[in-house]
Amino acid sequence: MPTLPRSALLIAPLIGFTVLTYLVPFLGILRWSVTLPEPGLGQYQTALSDPLVLSVFLRTLRICAVVTLTAVSAAYMITLLWVRGSPAQRLAVELCILIPFWISVLTRAFGWLALLSNKGILNTWMQSLGILSEPLTMVRNEFGVVVGMVHFLIPFAAFPLASAMRAVDERALLAARGMGAGRARVFGQIFVPMTASGILGAALVVFVFALGFFVTPAILGGGRSVMAAELIYLRIFQSPDWGLGAAVSVILMLAVGAMLALLMRRVRPGRPQ
Amino acid sequence: MITRPGRLAACLAALVAVFLLMPLIAVIPVSFTPNRYLSLPEGDWSLRHYRALLENPAWIRGTALSIGIGVASSLLATTLALAFSLGIWILQPRHAGVLMGIALLPMVAPPVVSALTLYFFLITLSKINNLVAYDTWAGVALAHSVMIAPFAVVLITVALAQVDRRIDMAARGMGAGLMVRVRSIILPNIRFGLLSALLLTFVLSWEEIGVTLFITSVNAVTLPRLMWMGLRDNIDPAIAAISVILIFIVVVVILAKTVWQHAAEGVQK
Repeated sequence: MPTLPRSALLIAPLIGFTVLTYLVPFLGILRWSVTLPEPGLGQYQTALSDPLVLSVFLRTLRICAVVTLTAVSAAYMITLLWVRGSPAQRLAVELCILIPFWISVLTRAFGWLALLSNKGILNTWMQSLGILSEPLTMVRNEFGVVVGMVHFLIPFAAFPLASAMRAVDERALLAARGMGAGRARVFGQIFVPMTASGILGAALVVFVFALGFFVTPAILGGGRSVMAAELIYLRIFQSPDWGLGAAVSVILMLAVGAMLALLMRRVRPGRPQ
Repeated sequence: MITRPGRLAACLAALVAVFLLMPLIAVIPVSFTPNRYLSLPEGDWSLRHYRALLENPAWIRGTALSIGIGVASSLLATTLALAFSLGIWILQPRHAGVLMGIALLPMVAPPVVSALTLYFFLITLSKINNLVAYDTWAGVALAHSVMIAPFAVVLITVALAQVDRRIDMAARGMGAGLMVRVRSIILPNIRFGLLSALLLTFVLSWEEIGVTLFITSVNAVTLPRLMWMGLRDNIDPAIAAISVILIFIVVVVILAKTVWQHAAEGVQK
């Protein structure tokens, strides 16, 4: 009888650890979602029919869509220079991407509060310049949430975009130029389509991140534009309805799982680049 | 080069760069405000919020707690991840994909779902002991280890992918046992990956807030948890002071690393 090689002993601890601390407790969440307050699928029915919960889901989807579109476009613009710029440009852009990336989400959300709140820097300036007479409300609403999330997610979109752009064959661009295509045409008809897999990857990463995002919306939304993740927090800790919080979690998990499966399907056939 | 991005592309990228740096720069003047509320200093700059950081023991305690939790969870997570990645690399099991999927799950699941799951895990543990439990030091360190281990797995696996298998096969052919191969062949070859894994996992734990919010209340108040409390209702400008310090540390480390990398590349050429 073949015995397991000794190196299997190396793999087992982390797997055991994750199963014990993560998979089994997640089954507990599943159980909450079908037993609290009473057995049955009532909480899922509520989650998919209650107007309040539905409006939270709709807002979450809307914000995620806007954030994905904005963050990926912005990341595309800056990554272009990171990959194809002059050495000085590359260095400058790299620092602009890496420094925010390493700074905590709380500090970054606080920076936006300092800029955008009613007594913040932008309002103070615009009022003293006479552009505004009343402070413009830019946080504690959806605008603030979108700005904060886009800021957080640009670096995450930049990494997959950069690897797609690095794989583009310079000669294809030169050939197009040689045959008389202008800059704009080379970019729009050759370069962008050649990086399509990176755009899709970046969009999925950003969307999946945004879907379960909690901290930035909670700080910059100020309790007004509640998203799905904050709804879970509120249902667990503030107006307890553990079953509903658990059901919303399971729905989020399924949504993310479905999107990751989609990503794997798209990536695996591996069209030659 | 003919296909270098043009002026328009450079301008657009500069706009995005300004957007990325703006909130980090905005924190600096706010941290010197003489007022108790979030505002710009008008004329007189004050260090009162920096002094408040030193005088309020809560900030010192939070920092110490976060460092302790960061070191403990980073060591635990990196050790588990190292063993796992080594096992996968050496054994190349048939179901490596499935095993990898399980190991990376906490990284790809929505953060709020992980938070709720670990909350459930820790309140269950609280029923049988009060050392590793909800709102304790060890409980937070354990939960952080779960969240950061996948990142260590990724970094170490990437480092292992660059090791030439033939040197390991040569060692094996000459009769080296598993421990010798790991200690004197594989580990020296992945030491940079291992170091980055330790560093990244420490930083991730140090600034972790999503899960920490769910699993702590009044006892295990880490630095991010403390910042969160100062951000929610009345915004405390002390947050600006601590933010400036944290930004300063990150900028110094990244600049040093970049300069060092460029110098190293220069030497190689």
